[in-house]
Amino acid sequence: MKACIAALALSGVLLMVSQALAQSSGSVGKEKQKESVYAEIAKAPEKARAKRNPLETDPQAVAAGRILFEQHCAECHGDSAAGGKKGPNLRVEEIQSATPGAVFWILTNGVVRRGMPVWSKLPEPQRWQLVTYLKSLGVRPFTPPQAQALLPVPD
Amino acid sequence: MSAIRYRFCFALLALMPLSFLLPSSHAQESPYIVTYHHYLEEPGNLEIEYFSTFGTQRAGNNFHAFWTEFEYGVTAWWTTELYLDGQTTFHDSTIFTGVKWENRFRPLKHEHFINPVLYVEFENKNGADKILKEGEGHDVEADFLTPNAEARREHIHEVELKLILSSNWKGWNFSENILSAKNLSNSPWEFGYALGASRPLALKASATRCTACPQNFVAGVEMYGGLGDRYHFGLRETSRYLAPVLAWNLPSGWTLRVSPGFGLNDNSHRFIMRWGVAREISGFGSMIAKLFGSGR
Repeated sequence: MKACIAALALSGVLLMVSQALAQSSGSVGKEKQKESVYAEIAKAPEKARAKRNPLETDPQAVAAGRILFEQHCAECHGDSAAGGKKGPNLRVEEIQSATPGAVFWILTNGVVRRGMPVWSKLPEPQRWQLVTYLKSLGVRPFTPPQAQALLPVPD
Repeated sequence: MSAIRYRFCFALLALMPLSFLLPSSHAQESPYIVTYHHYLEEPGNLEIEYFSTFGTQRAGNNFHAFWTEFEYGVTAWWTTELYLDGQTTFHDSTIFTGVKWENRFRPLKHEHFINPVLYVEFENKNGADKILKEGEGHDVEADFLTPNAEARREHIHEVELKLILSSNWKGWNFSENILSAKNLSNSPWEFGYALGASRPLALKASATRCTACPQNFVAGVEMYGGLGDRYHFGLRETSRYLAPVLAWNLPSGWTLRVSPGFGLNDNSHRFIMRWGVAREISGFGSMIAKLFGSGR
């Protein structure tokens, strides 16, 4: 019984710690966190920036990248990549005008100290498919989810 | 009292079906069962995993050991995990064997050719533990011959440290783990290792949604065993295993793993068959935050 009580106590401690971490990054923290992703992309090394997207002209890359985005990224960045609860809008100038190599670099390395995990666990071709999809989206300002619900639905 | 204790612990082990009710996230899991790579759980996500190990036992009864893991991404650089372990020894009994609390920390900000992760674990288990989640010290097959009633009387409080090194190259992942473990009741430090290599069956994703397409399968092999202790370091009188591994990452958020393992010397179980099922629950941290009233 002791072991199970110890396990539950540990889980309780964990929940409190994670809650404290969540509280410490309140809405202001979240905004800073989001901006830091844009700042991080500017830090991509020259060599990474200059990398060319080998799947840029692959006709399947956008469709495959879209599926990958829905599976791995939409949870934080929103279904349309225009920003979510945790992740920033990826349809801003900072991302859309960045080189494919820079976007690939940030996908590979994440922004670990600011909550974005590394995505190098996706094989390189899949990361390039994601880059192709993201680059195909173009610029769109952030629309809060509540406002999105009020937008007219296209026919 | 004993019956209540075990019902309670097995109820915790049976939490897995609850995950059906919660929002899932598509996982990209490695196939390894013993070896760790450098990827941590995504922040705020909870992964619930169930694993089984069927093991053959010479001169004794075969066994089925099982464990449930609750793996939570606290931050992008810290993952914490709780294990509940149990086992059935055929023609003997089914018992709860202990609890483990594991933490993994990623010290470096960026990806490198070799990526280190630091691992710290506390184990509160009994001597009947048979999950074979790692090879350490001079653990050998004959240690498993003790009947459950006797083995469970031994209480083990152990601290385990691991250095996890992992690299990616042309779609392959190569992981190396070195472990040192110390039973806190005046036993020497024991050592062990695990090595793994794996690769998805396809590197490019399909342009259509699919369940059984090759990119959802990751295959590989792992090898693990003990390295003796502080006084007798090395491969002598240790067990070691070689195990092909396969994971199937389903689009519904489930991951299935299977791994037949083969003992490479007379100190090892001849054959162990493992399988596991995992489900990743997205936004678990936010659900808890709401529960505490932060309303985000």
